[in-house]
Amino acid sequence: MQIDRRLISHFDWTLFLLAVALVVIGIATIYSANYDVTQKHAGGLPTRQLIWFGLGLIAMFTAIAFDYHYIDRLAYPFYAVMLCLLVLVMFIGHSGGGSQRWINLGLFRLQPSEPAKIAIVLLMAKYFQDAEPSRGYYLRDLWVPFALAMPLIVLTLIQPDLGTAIILGIVFISMVLMGGLRLRSFLWLVGAGLAFLPVGWHFLKAYQRQRIMTFLDPDRDPLGAGYHVIQSKIAIGSGRLFGKGYLDGTQNRLDFLPAQHTDFIFSVFSEEWGFAGCLALLLLYFVLIAYCLGLIQRAKDRFGGLLIFGVVAIFFWHVIINVAMVSGVLPVVGVPLPMVSYGGSSLASMMFALGVVINVSMRRYIF
Amino acid sequence: MAALTGINRQDGAPELRVRTRLLYALLAVVFLALIARLVDLQIIQGERHTYLSENNRVRIKRIPGTRGMILDRQRQLLVDSRPSFDLIFIPEDSQDPRGTLRLLAHYLGRNAKELLALLEDNKARPAFEEVLLGRDVDWETVVAVESHQLDLPGVSLRARPRRNYEDGPMAAHVLGYLGEIGPRQLKSLKEQGYALGDEVGHYGLERKWEEVLRGQSGGQQVEVDALGRRMRVLHQVTDVPGYTVHVTLDRQLQATAFQALDGKEGTIVALDVRTGAVLAMASTPAFDPNAFARGIKGDEWRALIKDRLRPLSNRATQGQYPPGSTFKVIMAIAGLEEGVLQPESRISDPGFYYFGNRAFRDWKKEGHGSVDLHKALVESCDVYFYQLGPRLGIDRIAKWSRAFGLGEKTGISLDDERSGLVPDTEWKRKRFRQPWFPGETVSVAIGQGYLTVTPLQLASMMAALANGGTLYRPQIVRKVETVEGATIREYEPEVIHKIDLKPATLARVRAALADVVQGGGGTGGAARSKIVEIAGKTGTAQVVEMKGAYLKSEQLAYFQRDHAWFVAYAPAQNPQIAIAVLVEHGGHGGSAAAPLAKKVIEKFIELQSPPSTQQHAHVEGASRAD
Repeated sequence: MQIDRRLISHFDWTLFLLAVALVVIGIATIYSANYDVTQKHAGGLPTRQLIWFGLGLIAMFTAIAFDYHYIDRLAYPFYAVMLCLLVLVMFIGHSGGGSQRWINLGLFRLQPSEPAKIAIVLLMAKYFQDAEPSRGYYLRDLWVPFALAMPLIVLTLIQPDLGTAIILGIVFISMVLMGGLRLRSFLWLVGAGLAFLPVGWHFLKAYQRQRIMTFLDPDRDPLGAGYHVIQSKIAIGSGRLFGKGYLDGTQNRLDFLPAQHTDFIFSVFSEEWGFAGCLALLLLYFVLIAYCLGLIQRAKDRFGGLLIFGVVAIFFWHVIINVAMVSGVLPVVGVPLPMVSYGGSSLASMMFALGVVINVSMRRYIF
Repeated sequence: MAALTGINRQDGAPELRVRTRLLYALLAVVFLALIARLVDLQIIQGERHTYLSENNRVRIKRIPGTRGMILDRQRQLLVDSRPSFDLIFIPEDSQDPRGTLRLLAHYLGRNAKELLALLEDNKARPAFEEVLLGRDVDWETVVAVESHQLDLPGVSLRARPRRNYEDGPMAAHVLGYLGEIGPRQLKSLKEQGYALGDEVGHYGLERKWEEVLRGQSGGQQVEVDALGRRMRVLHQVTDVPGYTVHVTLDRQLQATAFQALDGKEGTIVALDVRTGAVLAMASTPAFDPNAFARGIKGDEWRALIKDRLRPLSNRATQGQYPPGSTFKVIMAIAGLEEGVLQPESRISDPGFYYFGNRAFRDWKKEGHGSVDLHKALVESCDVYFYQLGPRLGIDRIAKWSRAFGLGEKTGISLDDERSGLVPDTEWKRKRFRQPWFPGETVSVAIGQGYLTVTPLQLASMMAALANGGTLYRPQIVRKVETVEGATIREYEPEVIHKIDLKPATLARVRAALADVVQGGGGTGGAARSKIVEIAGKTGTAQVVEMKGAYLKSEQLAYFQRDHAWFVAYAPAQNPQIAIAVLVEHGGHGGSAAAPLAKKVIEKFIELQSPPSTQQHAHVEGASRAD
């Protein structure tokens, strides 16, 4: 593999610095989420996240190093590896919080469903890279991508990890739409999905059903399943305009918030930085996503554009679902805030994904 | 498949560009929606959420002021508050309440079922309201809970002072008891700073002197975490302990009185004749106020209020009985003062007295023979007073009764005192719209009929007679002090009024009362003491009117038997203590009540003696007991 000198001058600093800014906010908030006032320290998690950031940088530069067109060839092997890992999780996976999601690698634990998101993006970009038929795709044209994506989604769902499965599904649908599915076919798909809901309900675990019921009617169980949402809304709301100050969020410090450093990290951040802080954080995501949309338009080819779009979709849906979930707009499904929530697999995967975007961005000038 | 090889297409992706433009719009709309949600939560509802978050973390912890002590006249402890711990549980603070309780049961060596049943019982309680697992738990429980605190989320100990009545039931009716404030009572008490679960005096001194004893509660603003663990104190107001109440009771004399009544239903009241101070006031059957302090159980409470012997009633102030022959003291004084009675003139007592067409019997079937006033009092001759009654007339009898405080509440600082009843023509007209019949006066003359008194009134009457005619208000509280011993209030003896009595009247009546005990043929011989001269009067209050045969009390069913009275003062020549003894259904006053009075008076004299002789007397008492 040769590295063109021109590449370095085209390195996408904007994207890179946006990513670093998010990670810095993330680590600072993870520190606060784990900070113990009496002990005056925050335990080892911020450091671990920093190490994962290092690993993420390696992943990012790996993704940048080779021409993204190699991904065309790597997509299937990558997919196969993901599939194997997800099957492996079923058997030797590490359990936590009622589900089996991780593979223990000694020093770290890997959550294969995180890179699986990228596998879907790579696969779909590969599948849809050719010029789409002028009539658009019919549903019947999609059985191959569907057959490829479903095992990943189902394997994640049975862990059970509803949040990640939803993300996988939504990213899949997003890619299919971007790839050129006819709108009418899409509506058929939505209809079929709605029809499938009662069946899906049957397969949900009791706690997942309860979460959805609680979302529909939070007062059903204000101290049980509804407790987390209520406390999260209180945390966000009590931040008001400028927040309670860094390390001074009482909802966070006194453990009223659930999963403070992972799924509910936005609540911790909101409580301490207020509306002003939230606006700044959302602006970072907005700029990142909008910037990537710009890159799609300037992409050299359809494959590159679809790769970027896939990453954008991952970011977009994570942010939307996470923020909506912690602010009580959507039911609580475990979806992290990308680059900010604690979680090495997620962080490294996201950085790898951004590496792919930077790769495409850099190589748009090369013919 | 040319498509798969078309890697280096250079025409870009026109369809993607079109769709991306739509995505900008979607992105903007969705982010604006998120921001709108944040505006709603943080700006519009910001204040409410701030309140909720403060509400989450700040708990107000009230610390009730330690209740004041009650000490006797020698500063001996009667009531205090000792520290105790309640074991409480807030199920919401535990992820697995049942599991936590099982673990707790394991640590305490208790049956888990009991604790789980308590949890079930409290299912309807409001969220975060604590469940009481145990009151006043023992030290092992405190240690076990403290040392396993981390394994037992939601389980905690609440320190609370527990009222301690040193001598249990001994002075229960005077001291009273406390009760926890229930939701219904709280409405009226909230303004005075009480909170649910606080204790408030329900009876006796505890109730009457609530304001003085209760103290001021303090409080803490405590920051708690999500598990309800206390993180730090944000703000604190210190509590002020209640005042110490010094009562006039003498603990040892009270004990003697209480023991004297053991196994009987009745009451003994002893007053200091020079001040009206209540030296002893015992009433039986009694109850143990400590049972209330522990938290009385429903069936225990029901048993108390349903008991036919009314253990909750203070017979000294709430029991109203016909005074029987003890009333002859008033009759004699009235007769002498009104000039109706020539003390030396004698009447003949054949054992009955005719008034109108009705025969009134003397208690002594064969009669007392030739009787003057002295003999009439000493032997308690009924016929003598029967004939005196109509000569005095009911209104003059009533006048002299009231002069000695009968028919009115004494005004002692205890709750629900009764007034008794002194009938007269006015009363009869109002009450029954009927004139007074002279025949009714005959009954009143020997302390029967409509006439009723409380034992406290009779003790007070005897005190007034003993001190030469000063009627004092019976006094129970001497002094109120702070915990440090600074005097807040001091109560002087209070004179209700002075009774204008001729010295000759006093001398005659006193001489007769002394002979009731000391003289031959006196009805109160059972009160005769080797160490002190006692003057007194027996009485037997009829519960049912006897028709036909003379029946001994023992021959009657228990609840139909007469009440036995003995009222007295001592020493006869230099009176210090006045006493009234009533034994319900005890039969004859001379045999059932007089010995009890003697016991208490002897104890009083023993306590009065200088320390050296007192010790000596004590040793003597001990050897006698052997």
